[in-house]
Amino acid sequence: MSSDEQGPASGAEPPAGAQPQTGTDAPAGTDAPAGDQVAAGEQPPAGGPRGRSFVDGLTTANPGTVTALAIMLSLVAGGLIIVFSDETVLGTFSYLFSRPSDAVSAIWSSVGGAYGALFKGAFIDVETLRQALAGETAWYRVFRPISETLTNAAPLILTGLSFTLAFRSGLINIGGNGQAIMGAIVAGMAGFWLHLPPVLHLLVALLGGLIGGAAWGFVPGLLKARTGAHEVIVTIMLNYIALNFLVWLVIQEGVQRPGRNDAISKLVDDNAQLWPLAGDNLRVHAGILLALVAAVGVAWLLRRSTLGFEMRAVGSNPDAARTAGMSIGRTYVAAMALAGGLSGLGGATILLGTAHSLTPAVIGETGFDGITVALLGRGKPLGTVLAGLLFGALRAGAVRMQGAAGVPVDLVMILQALIVLFIAAPALVKTVFRLRAERGAAAGLAAARGW
Amino acid sequence: MTTLHLDEVAESTTARGFWTRSRKAGAMYLLLGAFAALVFGALAPGGEVARFTLSENSEGLAVEVPAKLGAVLLGVLCAAVGVALLTRLAAHHFGWATAVAIGAFLLSFLCWQVAGDFMPLVRTASGTLFFALPIVLGSLGGLFCERAGVINIAIEGQLLMGAFGGALIGSVAGSVWLGLVGAAFGGLLIGALLAVFAIRYLVDQIVLGVVLYVLALGLTGYLYERVMQTEQATFNNPGTFREFAIPYLSDIPVIGPVLFEANVFLYIALALVTVVYFALFHTRWGLRVRAVGEHPAAADTVGIRVQWVRYRNVMYGGMIAGIGGAFFTIGSTGGFVKGMTNGQGFIALAALIFGRWSPTGALAAAVLFGFANQLQDYLRLIDSPIDSQFLAMLPYIATIFAVAGLVGKVRPPAANGQPYVKG
Repeated sequence: MSSDEQGPASGAEPPAGAQPQTGTDAPAGTDAPAGDQVAAGEQPPAGGPRGRSFVDGLTTANPGTVTALAIMLSLVAGGLIIVFSDETVLGTFSYLFSRPSDAVSAIWSSVGGAYGALFKGAFIDVETLRQALAGETAWYRVFRPISETLTNAAPLILTGLSFTLAFRSGLINIGGNGQAIMGAIVAGMAGFWLHLPPVLHLLVALLGGLIGGAAWGFVPGLLKARTGAHEVIVTIMLNYIALNFLVWLVIQEGVQRPGRNDAISKLVDDNAQLWPLAGDNLRVHAGILLALVAAVGVAWLLRRSTLGFEMRAVGSNPDAARTAGMSIGRTYVAAMALAGGLSGLGGATILLGTAHSLTPAVIGETGFDGITVALLGRGKPLGTVLAGLLFGALRAGAVRMQGAAGVPVDLVMILQALIVLFIAAPALVKTVFRLRAERGAAAGLAAARGW
Repeated sequence: MTTLHLDEVAESTTARGFWTRSRKAGAMYLLLGAFAALVFGALAPGGEVARFTLSENSEGLAVEVPAKLGAVLLGVLCAAVGVALLTRLAAHHFGWATAVAIGAFLLSFLCWQVAGDFMPLVRTASGTLFFALPIVLGSLGGLFCERAGVINIAIEGQLLMGAFGGALIGSVAGSVWLGLVGAAFGGLLIGALLAVFAIRYLVDQIVLGVVLYVLALGLTGYLYERVMQTEQATFNNPGTFREFAIPYLSDIPVIGPVLFEANVFLYIALALVTVVYFALFHTRWGLRVRAVGEHPAAADTVGIRVQWVRYRNVMYGGMIAGIGGAFFTIGSTGGFVKGMTNGQGFIALAALIFGRWSPTGALAAAVLFGFANQLQDYLRLIDSPIDSQFLAMLPYIATIFAVAGLVGKVRPPAANGQPYVKG
């Protein structure tokens, strides 16, 4: 990725309130004001970061600082939630003033225990490493946390890229879930109905996932282009249509696993499963490589290809793009189909990588998680990869956290939502930490648009 | 079917002059009616009778329709309405024509399904309202926000928080009424976050809605596991509202048991729809809210405090949706279960859009969607060959058709989703 792609979104952007409805007769439902800030990263940084000192960079509200502080704030908020739902800690509050040390140590062990387990489950457990060095345990156990993190990250990155790609074209794709479901369905059917030689079968199944998702993304794109139907509404509705279709499909004869009465499909062939990357003891599979390739592909598409240029142009300013002779409708359709394809691939990696059979809950909320991933990644492919890795790590660690510290995995969803909330409202983080405003005041995700 | 309608769109874009809203709808009813008459008519067994009883069971008065003939005739009626719209005979009665066409289509379908069996209309109507209640309340919650120009796709989150708050407070306080207050508070929490981040921090409201949904999902799931699951008896045992029969009115046949012998939520919902309808369209307050949603700059010029109206409305909306969420716990089953709203909040959003951002429209849409739910239960009961999942898709498909302008394009408040900054 080139350097200006990663440049801070500090350019000569309009301030946060640049899109208020100022009272001119803007027609209802146009997305005209949508894009200016979406394409923020493209604008050359004003002033240039070179002239600034390191401390300056830390104390102004630039994206890096805001992201770091947002994650920190969320962890603090999560800590508060842990503390106030822990009976042992609440018990010490009753005699807080006579022996405050009890409360402090209880809080420390409660929060520290939870976050410690989260870290151990996501990255590395020093104790396991020591045992492995002493030859007391197998080495794969040392790498299990990393393996779990990468396994969880793969579909998150793909659904995140899906949202990113649409977002850069001025579209909000809430349909990641439905597209992932359709991708998983087609990949699954290719996986257990076809019987092909090793590499070919996997490729066919992945292609099926891509096509299934793309078809589900194509519909809202086409409706938007032809009738102006808002993609947010259509994609939300398509999510549930896909979910109901999945629930129906898995109990049909020929799909349902023989001998089972519950809603579960046949297993996909071994040939169609994503290759394990680190032996049979670890779950990590080739899906993460696929996700990285897809990220590079999206970055290339957006920065180097004609279609990508059109997408960014339409996303920034549809009227100008139309004037320049681009077809807005065609771009919308292409963007939504591609975004759907990425989500579909995400669904396919879940199915071919870990689940291996269709169930109604196989996708869960991965599409919605992808939205938070993309928002944390600030609409950039590289950012999306990093955000996907972070949220993948949170997920991996949460399982351990629940086991070791009794803190439910749902805490991760809270953290995820809070991080994105704080990032979406840089002004809030700025106020909390008394950061100085950056010149030109980055508006972050405060892009406003109507239905 | 879908491709066919897409073709229609293609035509409509080339010849917009001829294909007015009512003509497009007419063409669709014609096709639906023809489909009903041919397919439902062919599938309905000859000689069998479809009985619609006016009671809770197979007893009592009943309307008996010869299945095959009924399916064909009702399909023809639907098609005839379509033709009337196409030839502009009925263009001035679009609303009625739509109601008759959709009703005839549904009845034609029922003639086929009920053939040789019976359908208890009172129970069907009660069940429809039962399913429609959280949808209506959720829609009204969304309506409050969107009429003032704040998009709310976090309705699902508000319902969840309401369901959770109702169960928790109801259990701890030992009173379902206090549970209702707790539910309103739960919805208010999400509403307040929506308001602050959308109005004060100008965050994109669609993105915000998704994030708040994830937050509500995480928060209720976390607290459920941490607090409720271990001590169900203390924290997740709120009891439920008893059915409340209004004296005299509940004795009216058919209507009485459906409308006047029901859950308190039905009375709340009907009262709210009425109040909100009159408040929104016939009071100064309503005019101000609509002005803020349509043209905040103009509203500001005449001295309406735009931001204040928005804050207040978004919070009211949150409370109403929260009360709607309470229906899932203290209104029906009692205890809270993770993710129990199960997409009903998004159906509420669909009803809001399908009902064209009006309280009565939302009610009608919610009843239609509630009927789709009830029909699923009924068809499962009579072992119908129609799989319930396809019926479950109907509300979503209908909404897509509505926003795509196939049945008359819906138009949101003009300033919906756009923050207002004085200047």
